[in-house]
Amino acid sequence: MEDKTLVPVAGNGLLPLGALNRRQLLTGLGAGALALPSAALAAGGRPSWMQGAGAGMRGYGTPSPAETVGRVAIASQPGTTGSGASRTPLAALEGTITPSGLHFERHHSGVPTIDPAAHRLHIHGLVEKPLAFSLEALDRYPLVTQLRFLECSGNSAVNLAAPEAPDLDVATLHGLVSQSEWVGVPLSVLLEEAGLKPGAAWVIAEGADAAAMSRSVPLAKALDDAIVALYQNGERLRPENGYPMRLFLPNYEGNMSVKWLRRLKVTDQPAMTKDETSKYTELMPDGRAAQFTFTMGVKSVITRPSKGYGLGAHGIYPITGLAWSGRGEIRRVEVSADGGRSWADAALEGPGGPGAMVRFRMPWHWQGQPATLVSRATDSTGARQPTREMLVQARGPQSLYHYNGQQRWQVSTAGDVRNSYV
Amino acid sequence: MFKRAVSPCLAGLLLAGAASALAAAPGAPGLGAPLTPEVLAGIELTVLPTGEGLPVGRGSVAQGAALYQQHCQACHGAEGQGGMNGDLVGGVGSLATATPKKTVTSYWPYATIAFDYIRRAMPYTAPGSLSADEVYAIVAYLLSRDGVVPKDAVLDAEALAAVKMPNAEGFYPGE
Repeated sequence: MEDKTLVPVAGNGLLPLGALNRRQLLTGLGAGALALPSAALAAGGRPSWMQGAGAGMRGYGTPSPAETVGRVAIASQPGTTGSGASRTPLAALEGTITPSGLHFERHHSGVPTIDPAAHRLHIHGLVEKPLAFSLEALDRYPLVTQLRFLECSGNSAVNLAAPEAPDLDVATLHGLVSQSEWVGVPLSVLLEEAGLKPGAAWVIAEGADAAAMSRSVPLAKALDDAIVALYQNGERLRPENGYPMRLFLPNYEGNMSVKWLRRLKVTDQPAMTKDETSKYTELMPDGRAAQFTFTMGVKSVITRPSKGYGLGAHGIYPITGLAWSGRGEIRRVEVSADGGRSWADAALEGPGGPGAMVRFRMPWHWQGQPATLVSRATDSTGARQPTREMLVQARGPQSLYHYNGQQRWQVSTAGDVRNSYV
Repeated sequence: MFKRAVSPCLAGLLLAGAASALAAAPGAPGLGAPLTPEVLAGIELTVLPTGEGLPVGRGSVAQGAALYQQHCQACHGAEGQGGMNGDLVGGVGSLATATPKKTVTSYWPYATIAFDYIRRAMPYTAPGSLSADEVYAIVAYLLSRDGVVPKDAVLDAEALAAVKMPNAEGFYPGE
């Protein structure tokens, strides 16, 4: 009798969603019982850690010493420290929350050491009452909670700019995206307290880092869902994420969520700061550049299998990854094992919601055949993640920012995985 | 000019957003402390493309050349090019080619950006250490490298805001 869980739903071995839950299939197919590490069987079945009392409690926990995962591809500008980026190790993580210590970093002049008692958020410009807020004061305001992704608009750019697919892993390619639960004060409440004057149209945000990093935010966004975030994943912001307070603009390019927020100036025009002109603008083939392209587009990436996370014994494997969109909720993620010739719908997991990441999963029967794994997401606006070719055609390879092309992973007959454009 | 092109549509968004957001803030304790002009004067750094926010001061290309050697060239190279951190000049006219070179002179749409950025963030190891006169001078020197201002230029607030950058019309509002 044929077992329907083994009947592919798309080309090259994609299986129905229930296939991974069928334990008997795993053994039957020779994915096999994984060999137990020998240490676990030492001492006649009682391993060393069962032969005496364990460690005591700690004031602040840390990962197991056996877990060595960390942020990767830390790159500083030559001659500087702390100016550059570090990336979230996407392939090593599961679920949809990024641990705060693994949230990607992008700094322009290092991480400042801020005295929270001395720090103030100043609001001025086209307001009736210029105001200064202490952290202590902001903690007494009504707080709101937002589960949201944050993505640098330069994320994945190398896959657009490099003419040949660079042999890089998923963290290096796409690790400038993370997700946290952010808690903070709605910016609209603070602007209301200051009182907007006629003509107010933009809010110029500035950080308390050595670069005094600055971006212009449309007032409509500031009054909509912007918050002054004080907490990340339940605790105070980490220093590298803006301690003691940062601007957080859901769905917008990460650079605008100004960290170490110190000053908000309400104006009638954008300031045209360095980071919204010389950077974070998309140069088109005709030499002109698109500016103020704030919202992050619909995107997904397979995190496993991926480079460095290849396949061993033949059998059933999970294909999994993350999907997100700044324009709406993720409604669908499709996966292909044959380079996009045929597709099947992946299972979606996670709290989801507007501006939130979802986890997707798809069972795959790998029997040593070469494959090209691809995912493509569709959001609630109906927008579907484009291919690299479509984006190269539409905006050329120099546009760099807001690249959301489909990621293709080429799997060899040996089970190794590498980045691919074909 | 881009500012005018984008303003009308934003004004519409604004009215809608302001009406709803300003309706009420239940439980807001109103704890903002008055921000005095004296405190504000010490922290204000924003320079707008109109020149609003530029301080009193002036500096010449010649002064800027000396200051550049002292404060900038270690990272940005002799005469604004060839350093370990990004060329600041050159590349004018290259943006529509297969190898565009984005620099202050080739890409940045307003001269005010250079003043704003240098004053807030440079030199990397000692931001905030340059006087207004020195920032004007360094901007003048950089712009002179590609002929955006004459070799004998002296920049102050009025002159800087009046500078026409080569790529002033190069940006448009994206989606």
